[in-house]
Formats: sequence, structure tokens, C-alpha cells
Amino acid sequence: MSGYRIHRPGERINRQKPLSFVFDNVQYKAFSGDTLASALLANGVRLIGRSFKYGRPRGIVGFGAEEPNALIQLETGAHTVPDLKATQVELYQGLLAGSTTGYPSLDFDLKGLLGKFGRFMPPGFYYKTFMEPVKAWPFYEKFIRKAAGYGRAPTEADPESYDHLHHHIDVLVVGGGAAGLWAATLAGRAGLKTLLVDEQAEMGGWLLTERRSRIDGLSGMDWVNQRLAELASLPNVSVLPRTTAFALHDLNLVQAVELLQDHLPLTERNAALPRQRLHKIRAHQVILASGAIERPLVFGYNDVPGVMTAAAGHSYLNRYGVAVGREVLVQTQNDAAYEAALDLALSGVKVTLADARQGGAAAWRQQALKNAGAELLLGHGIAKVLGDKSVSGAQLVKLDARNNQVIGSGPRLSVDTVLSSGGLTSTVHLFCHNGGRPLWNQQQLSFVCPDEGRENIACVGAITGRWELSDALDQTHATVAALLLGHGRGSTGKAPAVASEEVAAPRAIFRLPDGKPEGHGAKAFVDYQNDVAAADIHTAVRENYRSIEHVKRYTALGFGTDQGKLSNINGFAIAAEALGKPIAEVGTTTYRPSYTPVTFGALAGPHVGETFDARRYTAMHASHDARKAEYEVVGQWLRPWYFPKPGEDLHAAVNRECLATRNSVGVMDASTLGKIDVKGPDAREFLNRIYSNAWSKLDPGKCRYGLMLDENGMVMDDGVTACLADDHFHMTTTTGGAARVYSWLERWHQTEWPELKVRFTTTTDHWATVAVVGPNSRKVLQKLCTDIDFDKDAFKFMDGRSGTVAGLPARVFRISFSGELAYEINVDANYGRYMWEEVMKAGAEFDITPYGTETMHVLRAEKGFIIVGQDTDGSMSPNDLAMSWAVGMKKPFSFLGKRSLLRSHTAGAGRKQLVGLLPLDPKVVLAEGAQILSNTDDTVPAAMQGHVTSSYHSAFLGRSIAMAVLKDGSKREGDTVFVWAHGKSVPAQVVSSVFVDKEGVRQHA
Amino acid sequence: MLVITCPYCQEAREEEEFSYAGEAYIARPAVPEEVDDATWGDYVFHRKNPRGWHWEQWQHVAGCRKVFAVKRHTVSYEIAGSWTLADGKALYEEEQA
Ligand SMILES: [Zn+2]
Repeated sequence: MSGYRIHRPGERINRQKPLSFVFDNVQYKAFSGDTLASALLANGVRLIGRSFKYGRPRGIVGFGAEEPNALIQLETGAHTVPDLKATQVELYQGLLAGSTTGYPSLDFDLKGLLGKFGRFMPPGFYYKTFMEPVKAWPFYEKFIRKAAGYGRAPTEADPESYDHLHHHIDVLVVGGGAAGLWAATLAGRAGLKTLLVDEQAEMGGWLLTERRSRIDGLSGMDWVNQRLAELASLPNVSVLPRTTAFALHDLNLVQAVELLQDHLPLTERNAALPRQRLHKIRAHQVILASGAIERPLVFGYNDVPGVMTAAAGHSYLNRYGVAVGREVLVQTQNDAAYEAALDLALSGVKVTLADARQGGAAAWRQQALKNAGAELLLGHGIAKVLGDKSVSGAQLVKLDARNNQVIGSGPRLSVDTVLSSGGLTSTVHLFCHNGGRPLWNQQQLSFVCPDEGRENIACVGAITGRWELSDALDQTHATVAALLLGHGRGSTGKAPAVASEEVAAPRAIFRLPDGKPEGHGAKAFVDYQNDVAAADIHTAVRENYRSIEHVKRYTALGFGTDQGKLSNINGFAIAAEALGKPIAEVGTTTYRPSYTPVTFGALAGPHVGETFDARRYTAMHASHDARKAEYEVVGQWLRPWYFPKPGEDLHAAVNRECLATRNSVGVMDASTLGKIDVKGPDAREFLNRIYSNAWSKLDPGKCRYGLMLDENGMVMDDGVTACLADDHFHMTTTTGGAARVYSWLERWHQTEWPELKVRFTTTTDHWATVAVVGPNSRKVLQKLCTDIDFDKDAFKFMDGRSGTVAGLPARVFRISFSGELAYEINVDANYGRYMWEEVMKAGAEFDITPYGTETMHVLRAEKGFIIVGQDTDGSMSPNDLAMSWAVGMKKPFSFLGKRSLLRSHTAGAGRKQLVGLLPLDPKVVLAEGAQILSNTDDTVPAAMQGHVTSSYHSAFLGRSIAMAVLKDGSKREGDTVFVWAHGKSVPAQVVSSVFVDKEGVRQHA
Repeated sequence: MLVITCPYCQEAREEEEFSYAGEAYIARPAVPEEVDDATWGDYVFHRKNPRGWHWEQWQHVAGCRKVFAVKRHTVSYEIAGSWTLADGKALYEEEQA
């Protein structure tokens, strides 16, 4: 127990609102305004997780997005969220959380034992160790994944909703600290449409922690509140807290995620509102004011729970009223950490400050610290931290004034907490997401954004390396004023007045030396989340990894969910030292979105379920429901699959539907077929070019089956097109191909043949289509229609008629996908259900039987009719499908794909061609997709001859049938082949793919 | 995400409204039967894939459904302009000359 509550003026928690929460099955108390991290620290909880590689005990290090260790699992069941940073979880009443790491338990960890043998786990450990034998990989993976820990993804569907909001604005300001608030104020005053986002629940940035500064004579937070009040009064300004800008893309598209309800107890969330909202922001001008993050120093055992950043210790004290320890050692190489030490000392904490600089901070800071009763050790650094699951002390050494070397031993301090500060690192991520490069600033010891920003992106405040508030506000004012002037906006007044203070330069030191060669002393961690120690970076360089990108990948530096916010600069600096190069030359790794993890829910937003992939229903859907249809999804359509009677399974229903159709009459909903209205004086010529067969001689009132080829000569779609008038055609496409074919027609027309006068209208949804199929279909139609002559010679196969059916204007086509006498009735879709029911009534005396897609498939396979996409796969030419009858090689215009049919490969031997197969055992239904062999020898590698594309039991034939593509199949009728599936070969005979009514008597009846 | 101007709608719109429709100004051989297999193969399969400026077709699928020409830089994603296919062709041919 080391952390405890302490009253601080201006603290951001509300002591009038006590809360309780559970962490790892223990109940604790907290206050409204706490984060999970501050609440745990207040309750003296330090051990939060185990490290990735060694299973070392780990505690909270930071206080925000930079936290590498404190990954927790929030809530349970469908609401569970893995790997949240405890530092970013706002506490609410009844919050339930637990640690994500530690196997088998947090207190006893298997890897903790491994960690004791740390020298056996060099960088690349996993690559080197788990290589051989290959067969053991699945075992290794299972073990590593389990041992690595981390959170568990929810297994239930997410019960909450998410949405997306688009913004088109003048100015986006990222970051609600002093610089961002001032930038937004100026942009807002100038009347520009401005949006300010900040990831935290409260605006203010570092002013939420730092309490001494006065701006325009006001305390920091008073000035913040003044800014917020002014921004709220401006109708052109929006301010979004809890909103993280996580990605910047081309043309100033910024994505930001707003946490709308994550801070509320599950029981208090409004189910009607989204949990999170993704903002897609297009801003003419982006102003990055994302500030800086303090990085720790690297020293021996700097990962023991109780070692934190000075900024974290400072923030927990001032914002949350939590003292992180009773006896605190602050280790620094800069002036800013003196502020943390001072506030702790003034709060009654026993403070020792070790400064790596011989001269220490500016004199006034040293004096203030001494006055507060703190002890000051100049020219000292931590050699190693003492303690196991919690800090118990620290061993210091004296440092050389110039070289980063040890010149003598220092005191051994008994402390319970160590805070360290290695200086600030500018939060340059967004600037770099789409190609911007940060610059190394040797004075400020950070990669920073250039003052000039880049086109339409300005950088203000600490992101440019301006750590002092007065500098940051001056630079913000000057930058934004210049921008506004550029936009023709007038005077902006003066920058906020902040007294500047004397500051001593920081010391360029990242790794505190312990007097031993790297790798021989106490492990000094650079990246906590991935257990990357300083020695590992030296090892990587020694093993000849020269590029920082390679060092990163070999050691896993910066790979974690924290993305190296604390570790990257230290890692680059240590690599630079090992490489003997300046840091500027080593450079940075690549910054990629997202800045912090984003939920899949937010990214998907409302595009889930049917709003992601729409479901389409035909006009007769209610009729199908009433008849208890089973459905299948085709394209986006829900189509009846079969209509089972009580007690029937799929096979029984399909057998009954097939026989009823072949013997009397069946009816199918064919509304989903794609329909395109093609009209214009050149419509016929256009069809000649787009289809492989000829259209010149198709008279009005006639229909024709057409094949569409791509330019490679392969079949891409098919369907029947009817000629309504000389310049007017009703084209049908496959159900799944409708949209693709429509685009295909438009693109050829617009790009290649704009001179053709023709127009296309997609009419799929306009028509409802009822297919009446079977020997009694004519009688059904005759009952419903008086103005069309259905005589077999007056209305022939492949004829089309317009007339009145059941009192409705209709287009009737005598076409057949079953080989039976059949008619397709097309009516206005609004009458689809009415027409379906009228047909059912008229057909009742013939026992008319509704059937679905499965029966349709069997009936068409009995006739050897292909389904594009099932019997073809984009590599089948018309010749391969034995459909050269549908190719008009003599047409004057070289139709799409024609030239390719003549290419040596397309016209050559050895291609796979469509055949029929009859299994020698008529009860065996071959597996679709099964490979075909020439004999029973299936020794690997077997010579594969083709595969089965369609396979059914035919009730009409009383046996199984199949369609297949087979090498040189057109010449192999009569051969016996072997169909291999699931380790077994089944003999089958190659036959014509037309199994029923080869002469076509039935469809011409 | 690009912002593309449709020359028909005369509006700059989000990329989401458009779909890419391949390289622009690929000449289909006037009499395909008169070219050899290699030439025809080039037309069907070979594309420029340049590192730099690229003339390409986009279709305003969620808008007017017109196909038009865009000159886009494949490294910087900068868009130099968009034109109707006919207007763009004159510029394109000038550049090629
Ligand atoms: Zn348009």
C-alpha cells in the first residue's frame, strides 16, 4: 500500500460523489472524476499486469494514452472490452475490471520464472527458439498466445450501436490544451467554421495538472473556462471532448472517435443513442496542437511497480488528489520535473530529487524545492531500482559532467516510489500519418513538427518543441494570426500574456549509466509493453540490424498498443549510440494510424447487418412466407429455396416439386433476375457488340438467349433478351450479375461507342416475374388471359407477347429454364403478389406446385443448362461450354471477346470443357467441386482432369446426374472417369450434359 | 480518401461516390482480326501502371453514372484535373505527342 488520497486545491474529482468499483474481484472506493488508474493508485493497488515476454510484475507508468502496462479487461459478456488502458478509463459506479495478463494468475506467473533466466531470451527469441520442428508450430503458437496474455475479445454480438458523422469545415483544431484553445478562439472569432477536439473528458491539457502559471492574470483553469465560455458563445465553433483524432489522411481528412457513453454505467446508457461516434472531418485547415508526452529515463529495473513518469505522479496529485507514494525519488535531466517534486513536497510527501545535470535547474527552481523541504542531489542518476513487486529503494551513482559515464557511487535511498523525466516528446503522429517527417531538435531533445507545418496543416504549441507556456502561446498566436491574414480575416489582437521564466537546458541523456557494460547490469527497459531492454537494442545492432525500422521489427520496440509513445525516442537514442550516429540521422520509424486503438464498432458505424449488406425481398415475399418457404440468399435477394410440406426435408420437397413440374405445372418467383431496358435507334447494334450471338434478325415479339463475353473471350453473364420493338429490348441478366452487367453496358457505351444512340435503364425492381412451368402451364395462362392467343403455333417457344393477364397489363415470354413448356409473366412489381396468388388460384385444378431455387437447379441441370458462376468460373469460353451455337463469328462488328476466341491458347487443345457425368452407381450423388481423375491412382501429385460443377439426384430420371468440366471433355463421351472426394474415388461415365428430352419436344409442345 | 470533381455534376465529391474504371484511353484495335495475338494480348492485359501521373477513368456511380477522365499522381495522389472523356482525350494526346 503506497498511494493514498490527499486534498489538492483545484482537483478534478468530485468528493461529493463517491463511487465503488471492482478490480480483479476486489471492491474499491473512488470518486466521480477518477480514472480507473487514479482510483487504483488511491487504493494502493500497484500490481496491474505481467510483462509480455518475461512476465515481470508491472504497474501504472503514465496517466493517459502513453500508458504501456496497465491494460485491463473492462466488464464481462457482450459488453466486455479488452486491453483498455486503465489511465483512459473513466470511472463509473459499479465498474467491473480485471487484469488481462498473468498466466496462470497475476500473482504467480510462469513467465516470471522465465524472466529470471532473462539472458536466455534475447531479441528475436521467438524467431530463434520456435523455428524447428515446423510440425510443432501450432503447439508453440498456442503456448505463446496463452502465455502472452492480453485481453479476450467478446464472443457475443455487440449490443451497442455506433454512428458516423461527416464534417466539412474551415478549421479543425486537434488538442484542447492552451495552444489548441487559443487557436480555436482566434479561428472562432474570425467567423470560421471551427471544430476543436480533445481526447480527454475535460479540456485544458497540461493546465489540468500544472497550477502555477497565470495567463492574462488568470489561473490556468480560469483561463481555460474563459476560453470554453467564449467558444460556447460562438455559433460557428463546436467543441468535442472525449474525442481522439486518430488518423490524418490525404486532403486533410481527419478521423476522430468520440466516446459518447463509455463513461456511463452500463445500466445508465441510453440504448437509443450510439456508444461511440466516428467523425470524418474534411477541414480546409488543420491546426495540430496535440502537445507533448513526457518520456521516462531508462535505468536498471525501471519497470518495478511504483516507477512512473514525473508527469504522471504530478497529474495524479493535482488532478485526482492521489499521492503516488510517501517517500518519492524524482529523477530528472530537465527543469520541468522540479514542478512535480515541488507540488509533492508541498503536499507533505518526502521528496528527493536527483538531477543528471551537475548544475541542476534554474536557480529559482532549486531554491523553491529546498524551501519546500526536499533534498536535491545534483549530478546523480539511478543505477537501479530496488524491490520486486513494488519499489523499496534506489541505488544512485555520480555522473560525469560531460560524458554519460559513472564517476562514483551515490547514496542508496529508501523510497517507495520513483518518478522519472527524460524530457518531453512532441506528439507528432498525425502530422506524419500521410507522409510528413518530424525534425530532430537537439536543444529540446525531441523530434518535433516544423514551425511552418505544411500545406493546410499548421502546428502550434508543444508539438513544435515549445515546452514553455509563454513560448507556446506566442507561437500559436503568431501562426494562427498569419493564417487568418492569409484567409483575408482582420486583426486578431494580442497573444495571451504569460510571464516567461528562466529555464536551464536539459541534459542529452536517455539511458542512465550504471557503470557496467550494457547487458551486464540490471535490466533497463525501453519498451515496457514488449519487454525491450536497452541491451536488446545493442544486441540487434550487433547482429547487424542497421535501419531503425529493422531494429524495431527485430526487437518489437514500439509494437504494442501504446505504439511506443514512451519508448520510441529512448529506443532511437540508444540505437543511435550503438550505431555511432546522431539521432537525427537514425530518424524515426513510420507513424501510422491509429494514434490509439479504435473499436471495430466505431469504424463500422451503422454499416452492419442489413445496412452493410442490404437484403432484398420480392413483391411476392409475403406469399412465400405464408407457404412456409425456406429461403436462400442469392446476391442480396432472399429467394425461396424450397417449399417443404409438413415432415418433408429438402430432398423430399425437391423431389416432389420436380415431379409436379415435369408432370403437371409448377410456379416459381423469377423476379430477382436482373432486368435492363435497352432503348434507342442503335439498341440492336449495341446488342450485337455486347453479346456473342447475332441480334440483327430478331423481330419484335421474339426472344433470344444471349451470352456475354469479356474481352478475354470468357463467359461473364447470360440471359434472355426480348425484342419489344425495333428500337426497344427487355434484357435479363443473372440474379447476381445485374449490377455488374449494367455498369458493363454503360462503360462500353460511354468509353468506346459514345456515337451509338442507346440508353439503359435498370428495371429489375420494376417488374415482378412469375414463371409458370410444365405441360399444364398453357392451360393456366389461358384461364387468366383472354387477349393473347396461346395456341402452340401462334405463340411459339421464344416468343414474347404484351397483353392482359388477370386484368393487369403484362409482358409474357414463352421461355424455359427447365426444358418444359413454360411462360414468364412480367407485371408491375406492385401487383406481384396479386399475380402470384391469381396464378395459384388458376392452377389449383392442376395441383400447381410452387418451387424454389433448388428445384430450378435440378430442372435446369437435367437439361444441361449452365449457371454462370457455378458451371463457369471466368475461364470458360463458349466453346468450352459447347455453346458455339451462341457465337456469331460472322457478325460484321468484332463483338466483345471475339478476337480472344481466336487466340492460340483459347482455341487450342487441352482446355476443360463442359460434360455430363453419370455415376455408375445411380444412388451416388457426386460432391460438387470434387476433382476428376482418369483412373483410380490418386497418388500425389495426381493428374487432375477437371472438377464437378453441379450434381443432383434427379427424381424424374430416378438417378443421380452431374455436370463437370473435363480436359478435352467434348471428345471423351463414353469414357469412365473417377471422381475423387473425401479420400474416395467414385467411377462415373462421361455423357452429354443434356439428360432429359434431348430433342426439345417438351419445351416446343 | 480522394476528393474527385465530376465534370458532369460540376461538384467536388468524396471518393465514396465514385468507382475506379481502369486506365483511360486504351485504344481498342479498330479491326481486331487484323492484329496479331501479341498486340491483342497487350490491349487486353497490359496496363501502364506508372509511378507518377496517370490518366484514369472514374465513374460517378452514386451520382450521374457518367464515366470521365482523371489525371492523378500515383505517388502524391494529387489530382491535376478531371474532364469528360472527349475533353480529356485532346489533352492526353497533346501530352503523349
Ligand atoms: Zn456526376
